[in-house]
Amino acid sequence: MNTPGSSPLQRLRRELFASPLDGLISLLLIGFLLAVGLAVLRWMLFQAQWAVIQANSTLFAVGRYPGDQQWRLWLLTSLLALASGLSWGLLRRLPHPGPAWPRNDRLAVGLLIALAVVAPLALQLQATVQLRWWLITASLITSRWAAGRWGQAIPPALRRWIPLIWPLLYLAGMVLISGGLGLVSVPPSEWGGLLLTLLTASFAILLCFPLGVLLALGRRSELPLLRGASVLYIEFIRGAPLITLLFLGQNILGFLLPGGLAPDRVWRAAWVLTFFAAAYVAEAVRSGLAALPPGQLEAARSLGLPMPLALIHVVLPQALRVALPATVGQFISLLQDTTLLSLIGLLDLLGTARTVMANPAFLGKNGEVYLVLAVLFWCCCAALGLGSRALEHRLNPLSSPAQA
Amino acid sequence: MGQGAINPAAAGVIPWWRNRRLIPWLVQGVAGLALLVLVAFLVGNLVRNLTSAGLLLSWSWLGNPAGFDVSETLLPFNAGLPYWRALAAGLVNTVRVVLAGLVGATVLGTLVGVASFSSNGLLRRLARVYVELIRNIPLLLQLVFWYFVVFLALPGGREAIQLPGMVLAKSGLFLIRPELVNGVWQAPLRLTVEFGALLTGLVTYTAAFIAEVVRGGVASVSKGQWEAARSLGFSPLQTLRRIVLPQALRVIVPGLNSQYISLAKNSSLAVACGYTDLYSVAETTLNQTGRAVEVVLILLAAYLVIDLLISALMNGLNQLVQIRER
Repeated sequence: MNTPGSSPLQRLRRELFASPLDGLISLLLIGFLLAVGLAVLRWMLFQAQWAVIQANSTLFAVGRYPGDQQWRLWLLTSLLALASGLSWGLLRRLPHPGPAWPRNDRLAVGLLIALAVVAPLALQLQATVQLRWWLITASLITSRWAAGRWGQAIPPALRRWIPLIWPLLYLAGMVLISGGLGLVSVPPSEWGGLLLTLLTASFAILLCFPLGVLLALGRRSELPLLRGASVLYIEFIRGAPLITLLFLGQNILGFLLPGGLAPDRVWRAAWVLTFFAAAYVAEAVRSGLAALPPGQLEAARSLGLPMPLALIHVVLPQALRVALPATVGQFISLLQDTTLLSLIGLLDLLGTARTVMANPAFLGKNGEVYLVLAVLFWCCCAALGLGSRALEHRLNPLSSPAQA
Repeated sequence: MGQGAINPAAAGVIPWWRNRRLIPWLVQGVAGLALLVLVAFLVGNLVRNLTSAGLLLSWSWLGNPAGFDVSETLLPFNAGLPYWRALAAGLVNTVRVVLAGLVGATVLGTLVGVASFSSNGLLRRLARVYVELIRNIPLLLQLVFWYFVVFLALPGGREAIQLPGMVLAKSGLFLIRPELVNGVWQAPLRLTVEFGALLTGLVTYTAAFIAEVVRGGVASVSKGQWEAARSLGFSPLQTLRRIVLPQALRVIVPGLNSQYISLAKNSSLAVACGYTDLYSVAETTLNQTGRAVEVVLILLAAYLVIDLLISALMNGLNQLVQIRER
């Protein structure tokens, strides 16, 4: 679109004032945006009272997690930061070593540093807490640098096992959060805030994916019983609103299992989320399977591969690549759906917000709290979406390998 | 099965575990048996636990007086009427907000979707920003935002927002010649702020998804169609209406179907902004009667019927817009 002589002014004119009608629309929109922007800015700077966030930042982060056990969460966050830095550096530098710090990476590091400086100031955290955040940010960036610097030196045989740190870390995180193995047990009823939201979301995302793949395969199977059962399950779940299923989980699960076997309220909700999301993931995966020419499976079978191996090595890798955007879309809505836990009385981010605002000291501070939650969710979901697009690009066999 | 052992010399002898005709049945048999055992286990527990709790499936309690009130209903209702009337009133409320939401979301979604093809760069980008903003924030958060931050903060009494023929106040939206009586607005038609917040939230949320459906549909019409129509002297609006939309609708209608269904299901979040829909009534009913299984069955059946009705309607519409060969 770079026509000769397209100076910014000419471009502006083409985009906004191509015709009198366009000009009128542009002027109206600019006026509207200015008015809204100024009103929001004035509210944020002069009217809003951010003390409600500052005073409750711990509550929003971890809920009523016992204070003397919170070191476990700090440890987990540090481990997560180290592991992310490691994976980030290796992913960037290993297959095709390019510049040490591509432009996007410099941008991300800048953002991280800015966040580490601004967020504690805005939240007026204590000096010790602030220091911990700085250390965590520093360790993330350092491990990214170290992985990029020395990643090549790791022998390939060892390198293959590195992704395993994530499942191991997840298990370790579960132990750190809930206790056991010599740690004091912290029951799920004391988890809350962002911790509970991320925990239920990640649990459901991890488990709904394999379930969804199985259901999708079942739905496309030639065996009538498997197909029928899968269709029945998927359509039943997709026909019901999530809140009625959560309601079912809270009120009926206790009757369905022998006494005492029914899990805790938090885990019940997490399982319902998992089973709910599995039906939607199944539909996403099914679209990927449908996009695959049937010749792929037939060729694999005629080469003598048994059905399970043909599915694992030939069909699924291709189908899942096609289904990736839709699947991540489901994960994003799953993350958003965790807010429904607040409707069944659990203290996720939104539930915590509601209890905070029920406190007489912070009555009527809805705007401030909801705005912060909205920004938080927006960032998480947008980041997932961005990550999905990057992964899609990376997995696309047609994309050029040198792309950043 | 035993053939291989009896006659090993026979050509093409297949051991049973590689028998293409036997394996499917074996797999299905095992899967079916496992399912059967699971269902029997769950149902057995359910019956045993319900019996010991004295809550075995029965529907007679639906005739007992409800004892709670349902605010703003189209069907007349009071606390003395039976439970089934309360649930029916809730269902009517759900249907009311779903119908209004369908219309609103379709209009707004189409506008935003078409705006992303505008020649005006600002409008185009604004449409993108709207979609990205709305889709990445949970609906429930948006609903409580609309209710607590926007609608409950509306001024009341004399300061209410007054437009010709309507008044928007803290106590609701008053239509058809509203008047202020002793500091309280009154009008023949009043919509509560709860309804307003739920409707606004559902419409703005679903519209973002419908905008994407519309955008995809319009983008599926090849550029040559636009150019041909313009070179024949059609105006941009005429091109859209006469040439592009009829073709785009073939892609749009199936996508709309699933958005409409999710709007209907999302309306169950009404309880977050204080609107008494079917789910909210059901929750109260459960709290009073303890009849968990029956209440959940009613809920599931009601939403299933609503979904099926929307699907049937949209399938009819789909057949209408598909290409008819002459």
